[in-house]
Amino acid sequence: MSLPSISARDLTVAYPNGHVALRDVSFELASGTICGLVGVNGSGKSTLFKTIMGFVRPTRGEVRISGLSVREALKSNCVAYVPQSEEVDWNFPILVEDVVMMGRYGHMGLLRIASQEDRRKVDAALERVGMTAYRKRQIGELSGGQKKRVFLARALAQESQIILLDEPFTGVDVKTEAAIVDLLRALRERGHLMLVSTHNLGSVPEFCDQVVLINRTLLAAGPTREAFTQRNLEKAFGGVLRHFKLEGPALHDDDDSRAVTVLTDDERPLVFYGDTRASPQKETAPAVKPQKDEAGT
Amino acid sequence: MSELLVPFGYDYMVKAMWVSGLVGATCAFLSAYLMLKGWSLMGDALAHAIVPGVAGAYLLHIPFAAGAFFAGFLAALGMWFVRQTSKLREDAVIGIVFTTFFAAGLLMVSIYPTAVNIQSIVLGNILGISDGDALQVVIIAAISLAILGLKWKDLMVVFFDESHARTVGLNPTALKLLFFTLLSACTVAALQTVGACLVIAMVVTPGATAYLLTDRFGRLLVLSVAIGATTSIVGAYLSFFLDGATGGIIVTLQTLLFLAAFVFAPKHGLLASRRSAKLESAA
Ligand SMILES: Nc1ncnc2c1ncn2[C@@H]1O[C@H](COP(=O)(O)OP(=O)(O)OP(=O)(O)O)[C@@H](O)[C@H]1O
Ligand SMILES: [Mg+2]
Repeated sequence: MSLPSISARDLTVAYPNGHVALRDVSFELASGTICGLVGVNGSGKSTLFKTIMGFVRPTRGEVRISGLSVREALKSNCVAYVPQSEEVDWNFPILVEDVVMMGRYGHMGLLRIASQEDRRKVDAALERVGMTAYRKRQIGELSGGQKKRVFLARALAQESQIILLDEPFTGVDVKTEAAIVDLLRALRERGHLMLVSTHNLGSVPEFCDQVVLINRTLLAAGPTREAFTQRNLEKAFGGVLRHFKLEGPALHDDDDSRAVTVLTDDERPLVFYGDTRASPQKETAPAVKPQKDEAGT
Repeated sequence: MSELLVPFGYDYMVKAMWVSGLVGATCAFLSAYLMLKGWSLMGDALAHAIVPGVAGAYLLHIPFAAGAFFAGFLAALGMWFVRQTSKLREDAVIGIVFTTFFAAGLLMVSIYPTAVNIQSIVLGNILGISDGDALQVVIIAAISLAILGLKWKDLMVVFFDESHARTVGLNPTALKLLFFTLLSACTVAALQTVGACLVIAMVVTPGATAYLLTDRFGRLLVLSVAIGATTSIVGAYLSFFLDGATGGIIVTLQTLLFLAAFVFAPKHGLLASRRSAKLESAA
C-alpha cells in the first residue's frame, strides 16, 4: 500500500444555498503527520472534512487521498473518521464493542462475519483507549469523554492510514485529552496521517507538527513552527480571539520589555504569575482571573 | 383437544397461517430499521400511497400488485428525496408525500370509475387469498428476508453512521435504495394479507417491542422477527375460531406483547425504572 497523503488542490466548495464555504484551498499532507486544523466557527473546518469524505462535492479543484480519488480511497478503507458527538444517534440500540467492531467491516467478507483476528483487534483497540470495562454498555450510557474514546477505538480497529478527527477535545478533561494526544503520537510514529480540527489552541504546538489555518479560504499551512505564529493566528481569528497581554509594569519592576501573550479561542485560560494567586490585575490584563468553574472543565 | 387442531385440517387455514407468518416476519424485520430513523409511519403512508398505482393498473390492464408496488416505490423514493434535500422533518415529509399520492389516487378513481372496489384491495383478506396471490406474497417475503439476512449488518451501519459506512467502502445510497425497494414490496404483500390499516402496526409494533427488550441490534432483529412471525401465525390460527378479522387479531396480539414489554422489560420497562428509582432513594 502506498504511503498515506492528502492533497487538496484549488478546492472551492459551495453549498446548495449558494454559500461558498471554502475558496481556493490548497495544501499537502504526508505520512507520519498530525495536522491541526484551526479556524473560527463557520470557517469551514467541518466542510473540509465533508469534502475529504466525499459528502460534499467541490465545485472546483479536487482532493486526492494517497494518490487516489476520494471515492477510490473510501472504497479501499484508507480513511477513518471520528465524528463530532452531535452527529451520533446515542439512542441506537448498540453496545460499545459492536460500535468498535464496525471499524472492522472493511476487513470482513460480504456477510461481515467477525474472525478471530477481528475480535482480537477490537479487544486491543478497547484496551488501548481504556474502555474495556465498558464494552457491554449501550453507547448512550457513557460520559462525553468515554463516548469520544469509543469512536477513537473504532478508528484504531479500522487500521486506516488516514484518520480524520472533528473536534476530539471538546468536552474532554485534561487527562483524557493527554491520553488522546499520546495515542495520536503513537500512530504518527507508525506512519499514520491525522487531521485534527480543534479550538484548543494551547495544545496545538504540543502535538501537531503541521497546521492548516482556514477562514473560508486558506490563511496559512505548513510546519507548526512556521505557520502557527501570532500573526497568522490573529489573521485567522481577528477580534474573536481572547487576547491577554501581560507586560512591563504589570509584571515586574525592571525594564525587561518582553511580554507574555496568552491567546485563546474557546476556553478561558487560567494564568498564574509570581505566587500561586492570580496575576496582578492591572488595566493591561483585565480579563485574567482564576475562575474555578471554567478552569475545572 | 382435537377441536384445537381443526384449523390444521383446512388447506386454506394452513396456507393463511404460514403466509401471514412470512409477511409478519418480513414486516417485523423492516420495522426494526424504520423505528430507528423516525420513519415508523412510513408503512402507513405507503399503504395509502398505493391507491393511484392500483387505479392506474386497472386502467392499463396490468396486475394490481405491479401498479401498487410501483406507486409505493415512487412514494418511498419521494419521501427519501424530499428528506435529503430539504430540512423538513420525517413526519412532515411522510405526511406531504402520502396525502399527495392518496389524493391523486382518489382523483383517478373518481374520474375513471373502476370496477374494482379500492376498499376491498386496501382491506386485504388472508383467509380468502387465492393460490396465485399467496405464491406472489410468499416469493416477495422470502426474497426480502433472504436479502435482509445477508445485508442486515451493512444496513445497520448505514442507519447508525453514514459517514463511517462510507469509510468502510459501503455505498449508503445504494443500500437505502435497496431498503426502500424491499419496504415497498413488503407493504404491497402485507396489504393483501392484513390490509392497509394494519400494515402500519406490522411495521411498527414488533420493532418497538423488541427495542424495549434489548440494547443489541442483532438481538433486536431476532426478537422483532420472532414477535412478528409468532403473532401472525397465532393470529391467523385464532381467526378461525373468532371468524375472520385476521389482521385485527394479529395486531391485538402484537399490542398485548408490547404492553407486556412496556411494563415488565428488564431494563427499559416501567417496573424496572420504578425499581431503580426506589433503589436510588433508598441509597
Ligand atoms: N449544509 C449546509 N448548507 C449551507 N451552508 C452550510 C451548510 N453547512 C455549513 N454551512 C456554512 O458553511 C460555513 C462553514 O461551516 P462549517 O460547518 O464547515 O464550519 P466549522 O469550521 O466546522 O465551524 P465550527 O467550528 O462551528 O464547527 C458556515 O458559514 C456555515 O454556515
Ligand atoms: Mg465543525
